[in-house]
Amino acid sequence: MLTDTDLQAIWLTVRLAALTTFILFFIGTPIAWWLARTRSWWKGPFGAVVALPLVLPPSVLGFYLLLAMGPNGPVGQFTQSLGWGTLPFTFWGLVVASVFYSLPFMVQPLQNAFEAIGERPLEVAATLRASPFDTFFSVVLPLARPGFVTAGILSFAHTVGEFGVVLMIGGNIPGVTRVASVQIYDHVEAMEYADAHRLSAVMLAFSFAVLLGMYMRRNTPRKEA
Amino acid sequence: MKRLSVLFTALLVAAGLHAAEVQVAVAANFTAPMQQIAAEFEKETGHVAKLSFGATGKFYAQITNGAPFGLFLAADDATPAKLEQEGHAVAGSRFTYAVGTLVLWSSKPNFVDAKGEVLKSGQFNKVSIANPKTAPYGAAAVETLKKLNLLDAVQPKFVQGENISQTLQFVSTGNADLGFVALSQVFQDGKITNGSAWIVPAEMHDPILQDVVILKRGENNPAVSALHAYLKGDKARAIIQRFGYGIR
Repeated sequence: MLTDTDLQAIWLTVRLAALTTFILFFIGTPIAWWLARTRSWWKGPFGAVVALPLVLPPSVLGFYLLLAMGPNGPVGQFTQSLGWGTLPFTFWGLVVASVFYSLPFMVQPLQNAFEAIGERPLEVAATLRASPFDTFFSVVLPLARPGFVTAGILSFAHTVGEFGVVLMIGGNIPGVTRVASVQIYDHVEAMEYADAHRLSAVMLAFSFAVLLGMYMRRNTPRKEA
Repeated sequence: MKRLSVLFTALLVAAGLHAAEVQVAVAANFTAPMQQIAAEFEKETGHVAKLSFGATGKFYAQITNGAPFGLFLAADDATPAKLEQEGHAVAGSRFTYAVGTLVLWSSKPNFVDAKGEVLKSGQFNKVSIANPKTAPYGAAAVETLKKLNLLDAVQPKFVQGENISQTLQFVSTGNADLGFVALSQVFQDGKITNGSAWIVPAEMHDPILQDVVILKRGENNPAVSALHAYLKGDKARAIIQRFGYGIR
């Protein structure tokens, strides 16, 4: 049914989304924690920067990343000085771009979950002489678990749905940067509409299943309560 | 008062005759010359030409699904023929408006030599090409490398642009050392504008015939037939040649 190159594109997409989500857990958690707890004036500006990819056209993000990560850009000069070469047209380039692109989808559900916990459990933990570190792992993490699940699902799904940024910095290399969305675009351009339909159907089914799973999960606890 | 209304009516009629509008789908490689041609055309005829630039395969999908284009300047000859066959284009309106020239280009001076020997040296990070499956300039690039017996050696270094504009962008931003692009993109007034280039000899690949066709939507639009005819005229042909294209 699906061709080998289609399967290769799907596998690449899954790897990209999984790795991006994994990295985002580590980057997004401290950011969300800080945004949820801080009373600093910087909360507003910093929150806005984190949310930027929600409204910014992917072409803008892709354009800036292409210039910044290129041989003459600041990021490109840095990676070259480390002997890593430049990031555009590489899998890791896509990972970096995806981390930016999906950051708000990780941070915002986590921030909501952390805010919902409130002060009380933390104060109780403190009176029981739990260190802040201990409090985070034994109190906050379990309480915020649904938030982590939502954040993980959304970050993964949003990375799977990425197209514009990948198109701008990927270079369409099979097995390296040709993800499923780009592969579909290629099929359409080559007038291979049957192939485009098959892969599009897979993407549609996946996206629906993810969202269905999330909305069903959200509804269940309410019924129990 | 009467005189004024006569004048007003005359103006309206004149405007009706002249201010027809044509929406044109233009292959990305033809962006620069088409902007000049359209400007001249508008000045001379009073018609308005609205230009959209993009990949030929994408335009095909849009046209067959009701896009409001009246005229289509493709990057190849196969797509206009297919549109005509499928009844989306006006039969007998096809002709070759330009013959494309392929060039191996780098944004760095003295990087590409006059014979393209740099391809054999392997001293480059990436070669940017247009998607050979969909873009004629990409297909011509692959054909050229095949003829040089370098395809297997160079292919691992391919990065693909979605259309010829993006292919150039990968090179001009310095992300790829080299790229096969359309001469018109890096050529003006008889010479390469900057960087270094090897103009690929015509015998290295099948000719890149770029055909124009009138679409069904533009069949009875006077601006469409005017621009269609204008492309055959001396002025347009001079502009086309100035950008490094051949003509038939």
